[in-house]
Formats: sequence, C-alpha cells, structure tokens
Amino acid sequence: MDISSLLRFLLRRIIKSVLVVIAIVICNFLLIHAAPGDPATVMAGQSGSADPQFMAQLRHQFGLDLPLYEQLWIYLKGVLTLDLGFSHRMQVSVASLLLDRLPATLLLTGTSFVIAIVGGVTLGALAARRVGHWSDSAITVVALAFYATPLFWVGLMLVLLFSVKLEWLPSFGMSDPGSNLHGIALAWDICQHLVLPSLTLGLFYLAVYARLTRATMLEVLSQDFVKTARAKGVPESRVISVHVLRNALLPVITFAGIQAGQLIGGSILVETVFAWPGIGRLAFEALLARDYQVLMGVFFCTSVVVVIFNLLTDLLYAVVDPRVEVST
Amino acid sequence: MNFARRFCRHPGAVIGLVVLILVIAMALLAPILFPGSPWDMAGAPFEPPGEDGMLLGTDSLGRDVAAGIAYGARVSLLVGAVSTVVSLFIGVALGAIAGYLGGLVDDLVMRFTEFFQTIPSFVLAILLVAIFTPSISSIIAAIAVVSWPPVARVVRAEFMSLRSREFVQAAQVLGKRPLGIVLTDILPNALSPIIVLASLMTASAILLESSLSFLGLGDPNLMSWGFLIGSGRSVIRLAWWMSVFPGLAIFATVLALNLVGEGLSDALNPRLRKRGAKP
Repeated sequence: MDISSLLRFLLRRIIKSVLVVIAIVICNFLLIHAAPGDPATVMAGQSGSADPQFMAQLRHQFGLDLPLYEQLWIYLKGVLTLDLGFSHRMQVSVASLLLDRLPATLLLTGTSFVIAIVGGVTLGALAARRVGHWSDSAITVVALAFYATPLFWVGLMLVLLFSVKLEWLPSFGMSDPGSNLHGIALAWDICQHLVLPSLTLGLFYLAVYARLTRATMLEVLSQDFVKTARAKGVPESRVISVHVLRNALLPVITFAGIQAGQLIGGSILVETVFAWPGIGRLAFEALLARDYQVLMGVFFCTSVVVVIFNLLTDLLYAVVDPRVEVST
Repeated sequence: MNFARRFCRHPGAVIGLVVLILVIAMALLAPILFPGSPWDMAGAPFEPPGEDGMLLGTDSLGRDVAAGIAYGARVSLLVGAVSTVVSLFIGVALGAIAGYLGGLVDDLVMRFTEFFQTIPSFVLAILLVAIFTPSISSIIAAIAVVSWPPVARVVRAEFMSLRSREFVQAAQVLGKRPLGIVLTDILPNALSPIIVLASLMTASAILLESSLSFLGLGDPNLMSWGFLIGSGRSVIRLAWWMSVFPGLAIFATVLALNLVGEGLSDALNPRLRKRGAKP
C-alpha cells in the first residue's frame, strides 16, 4: 500500500474516532441530566449541605439555569480541554485522579492482553494441529469453562489457591505497603503483585483467542494455497508459521480490537478483587461513594482508551494485510 | 422429531439442558426447600458446610448459603430471561429496519450499533445502574441496553440476504405492507440464528448481573449470586465456602446455557455443524 492512501485511511479513521469520542461525551451529558434529581442536588449532597440558597448558587455556578444546548456546548468545551469536573468527595479534579490511576490499569490490561494473545494463539495453533487428539479436546473444554466463569470468581479462587493455601503470591495491591523499595527490587515486587490479577483477566481472553485461532487455522489449513505450499515441498513448520498462522491471525486482530472495551470493563472487576490501584478500583470507590462525576470520568477515559486501541488495531491490520480495503 | 434427535446427538447439550432444568426447578421450589427469608439468620455465623444441618454452611451473619443460592437462582434466571427478551426487541427492531430498508437508514443504524459496540459496555452498565439507582428493573434495562448490538448485526445480515428472495418479492408484488412482510415473511425465516443467540445472551446476561451485584449494584431487596460472592469476599481467608458455592452455581448455569446454545445451533442449522456457535 502506498503512503498517501495509508495516510488517507488514517485520517478517516481519526475523524471517525473523534466523532465517537464526542458521541460519548454527549452520552455522558445526557446521563447526567437523565439522573433523578438535577446535578445540583447530587453535588450538594456530596458536599454535605443542601439549603436552597446554596443550591441556587450551585445551579448558577455550573450554568444549570441555561438552556440545555448551551449547557451541552459548555460541557463539550470543558471535556475537550480535559476538564472532567471536580470530585467533591476527594477534593481533586477528576482528570488528575484518572491520570494518577491510568498507568496501573494500562500495565494490568497490557500484561493480560499479551498473556491472552501469546497463550491463546499458541494453544489454538496447537489444538488445530492435533484435531481429535486429547490435547485438542482439552483446550476446547478449558476454553468453554473459562467462557462460563465470572471473572471476579476466577480471581477469588486464584487468591484462595495461591495466596491463602500455598502462600506463593501476594493477593492485594500493587506493591508491599511500607517497604521502601526502589529500582529493580520495586519492579520485582510489582511483578509479583501483577501475576494473579493479570492471569485472572488474561485467562478468559486466552480461552477466547484459543478457540478463535483454532477455528481460523482449520479454515486456512483447508485452503488451496496451503496444499500448493506443501506440494512445493515447503517444510511443514514453515507452512504453519508463514502461510497458515499469518492468515489465521487476521480475525484474531479484528477480534482483539472489538474486545478492547470488554478487557477494560473486566479490569474493573479484577482491580476490585485485587485492590489494584487503577481506574477500575477508582470506579469501585466512586460507586461506593456515589461519586458520579468520577464514574462519568471513568466511562469517558476508558472509552478513549478503547478508541485509541481500535485505531491501533486498524492500523496494524492495514499493515499486516496489504489486501485490506482501505476505503472501509 | 428430527430437531429433538439432532439436539440429543450432542451429549454436552443434553447435559446442559438437564442442568438448566435443575436450576429452574431450584428457583421455583426455593420457598418450599427453604421456607423463610434467605436474609434471616438460620444458624451460627461461620458454620462450615455440612455442620449443624447447613448443607453449604452459613455466612458471616449466620444466613444459610444454600438458601441464598436457591433464591439467587430466581434473580439470575429472571434477569437473564427478561433482559434477553428486551434486548432481542431492540436488536431485532433495529436490525430489521437496517436490513430491510438498506441505504442511508442502514448506514445510520449501523453507525449507532458500532458506537455501542465500541464503548466499554460493562462500564456503561455500571454507570446506568448507579445513576438510576440499583433495582431489578434498572439492572435489566442496563443489561438490555448493552447487549443488543450482536442481535442487530445478525438480524440485519439475515434480512439483507432474505429481502431479495422470490417469496419476499412475491409478497411485495401482491401489495402486502412492509411491516406485514417483515413480520410474517422474513422474520420467521431468520428465527433460528436469533434463538441460538438468545441462549448465549441469557448466559452472558447472567454473568453481567452477577458482576454488577458483586460490585454492590444488585437490587438491595433481592438475594443474588453475585451479592453472595461479594459479601463473602472479605472473609475468604476464614470461610471459603461463602464465595466458592455461589460461584459454582453461576458457572454451572452459564455453562449449561452455552452448551444448550451450541446444541440448538447444530440442531437448527445442520449444514453449519462445523462452525462454532459464537456470534
């Protein structure tokens, strides 16, 4: 693909992403106004006093006496300058809260994603190579089981096994509280804390990708160009790694893009179980405190992360598969 | 009957159906099996399974875990079934409009569907339930709002391929109204993928409901599986049974529904037997 068409493709995708983000902001705005009681009552409740004068002041301060479309415009401008509101409960701006927590979530979801992709593609390819073998059925059964297990329960069971019974791994937080670690020692500590949460989040998608890779591998294996490659005398390992796997990976990439939102959503559950100090844990704390400003911020932030991730997978897809219709 | 025979050829699907019937029976018989409210104290707190007549033990307030699971089955099945019906309505309506009309309408509906597929649906569900205060109806509504997009896609694809068939053209030539064609000619022919999807959606709705109530967003008046796990979580080092058994109940039910879905898929589309059941 030549550079100019790639750029055009990229530009179109960026415009689409921006539109999606704006739609999310509007969605958030409508939700605030659909909530029972207007935002002033919510805010007054959160700051602990609700006399009529204070409420009127709040309404004026936040422009709640303006017509709806003007409020929407003000809200949009605010969000686009990264003003996501103020958490009265925690007395900091929502944006700084989110920025504070984002790295931990990205570390967790990123690690889980790598575990899921690498493990899933490997297992799926293995299963497809041995259709009917016991390991094929074992992988299928395990995938089906993970499909039916609630994420938070997997986390709890891992805690029960590896932290409570075997005492191998920590079950709580991101690093040991109180121990003043630096450099490599700190990194090692975080690694140990990362094992259980990232496995919990990753295993489910590992199962999903394994099933998907198996199915697409089998489809590709039956195609003519594989027969041709074999007939040419290409070694079997090369047929698999170059001819089959590369083609079988395309649906997996698409699927990974589609599931980014679910991965982020799942991180809320996992972070809650393991007290991982990320956005998901923040969402849980905000839930307990009924801090809607923070919840909306979480929704906005996670959506933006997903949109960016989708953009990246689209780009990757266009690079991996030169045949791809750039016009779509 | 051909359909029943094809379904029964799937050992997994038959087992799934049996498990599902058992869970439904447990939900229906809950008041007879466990008279009295599942919220009431039934024994000493922290009673391990099997002791003092408590089959699955008691929780930190002395409530019977087994009773909680039986009553929780009612909530899970109810939420799973009703939210699936609601999202089928939304998905079928939008998918039918997009697939039958095509053109600009199709484009708009599909952009709308794509938007809902992009945003993190679980986060949206949390937000919706939190804002509209947790209750069984807000939970059902939130689950329905986030789970209709696959239905719309499947229905649209079916409608697009069916609308140019001869029997539809015949109906159009006869002057039948579009709504009539959609409801009586096309929809019945698109039913089998919708049925398969419905069983899988019920399964994921049950998972979603348990996740929401695990986070404390369950209906405060109703016992549910997610709530049981959520409340047993903080004492998991002392009392594993409070979290393990409700989780097994979710696992069994969801797995059963998925297996039934695969069986249905094979039984309804014998030609597509090789394909996976996942949408």
